[in-house]
Amino acid sequence: MREIDVNEIIPIVKKLCIDANYYIGEDVLDKIKEFYEKEESATAKEVLSILLENYELAANEKMPSCQDTGVAVVFIELGQDVHLFGGDFYEAINEGVRQGYKDGYLRKSIVNDPIIDRVNTKDNTPALIYTDIVPGEKIKIIVAPKGGGSENMSEVKMMKAADGIEGVVDFVVDRVSRSGGNPCPPIVVGIGLGGNFEQSALLAKKALLRPLNESHPEEKWARIEEEILEKVNKLGIGPQGFGGRTTALGVSIMYKPCHIASMPVAVNIQCHAARHKSAVI
Amino acid sequence: MPQTIRLTTPFTDEDVSKLSIGDKVLITGTIYTGRDAAHKRLVELVEAGKDLPFDIKGQIIYYVGPAPAPPGKPIGSAGPTTSYRMDPYAPALMDVGLKGMIGKGPRNQKVIDSMKKNKAVYLAAIGGAAVVVAKSIKEAKVIAYDDLGTEAIRELKVEDFPCIVANDIYGNDIYKDGVEKYKVET
Repeated sequence: MREIDVNEIIPIVKKLCIDANYYIGEDVLDKIKEFYEKEESATAKEVLSILLENYELAANEKMPSCQDTGVAVVFIELGQDVHLFGGDFYEAINEGVRQGYKDGYLRKSIVNDPIIDRVNTKDNTPALIYTDIVPGEKIKIIVAPKGGGSENMSEVKMMKAADGIEGVVDFVVDRVSRSGGNPCPPIVVGIGLGGNFEQSALLAKKALLRPLNESHPEEKWARIEEEILEKVNKLGIGPQGFGGRTTALGVSIMYKPCHIASMPVAVNIQCHAARHKSAVI
Repeated sequence: MPQTIRLTTPFTDEDVSKLSIGDKVLITGTIYTGRDAAHKRLVELVEAGKDLPFDIKGQIIYYVGPAPAPPGKPIGSAGPTTSYRMDPYAPALMDVGLKGMIGKGPRNQKVIDSMKKNKAVYLAAIGGAAVVVAKSIKEAKVIAYDDLGTEAIRELKVEDFPCIVANDIYGNDIYKDGVEKYKVET
């Protein structure tokens, strides 16, 4: 068994929050460059080149690439042979978020009550924390700041088995079509299939963590991802919704077994700032 | 053909009549920020017949909630937020003189009709290009609703603030025309 002081987590979470917001992944930059070459619309090309310029400026100036520095979504893979001591683990994660958003000059975007009061908590907490217990004695922490504009275009639909894969593809493409220019295209489409109502949504979110240069490990699902990407990019929405061929940079599917009566389908839309950083303790 | 046009604020009828969808506009002068919470308060003032915290005639509201200013900079990252959330409020503000809105994403028909009626334009800044936009902002100060934090109304001094005409005063909409042009029927 390994003993880990929860206070060790604080500076790690802090750094992940800042780095995720300042430094976009190479996979995103490579995809934008790839689509820039294929893009036919002059306006779309200009938008894509401004996005590349912005990501470079953000890294050089040490500023968040987008002002919406998101809700801090934190995925934890906790080794079952770890014994945490020294305080409340989740509070340590929140303290890391608090320090990261303050010292990194990141925007505080959380309100205390979703409907009635909507008063800003002023430190971007609470984070949204999801924990998986895994074998071993390490802790993996992934911080994925998620913006509101793209999250608002996401949806869960409880479909029927009779709808089949065609129904799923149509629903996803329609969801992207209805989103238009709102979620800051070019987007990434995270799709969660199966499980149940809430697990499908979490799968869709986790699917967004996969690097954009990787496909689904199973050939049949990789083909579905390609089919959806092709259909989405025929919608004509283009970067920012101004028209063009580059509506999505990638499609990522995760699935789980589900009930015989159910076929849950979740679509989590991610803007071009597909931000996530991870660390292993 | 899309053109690049430099404009200074406040906008006049003549200024906005020159703009067509797809044109690139570089704005210099003073603009004001406001998003959901501030719009709610502004429209409440309009409905009560009270004065707004700034003279809105000919002015431009930028839908943004900036990140905090790092040391030595006037403002933090400051890209646009999604505009449809301001659709319920925008016509009332255009009716009292608002001449331009800057944001991202399409507007509803009521807003488009109001733009036509009031000779106002909707300009799109590039969503996610928040550092590029911040570089065109030279000064920023909160002038109202400080309690709203990032959502407070700020007065910004901008130089060559970059945006694209998304809706002109003639009823055209880049989000419809642009997409139609590149849509492939399957």
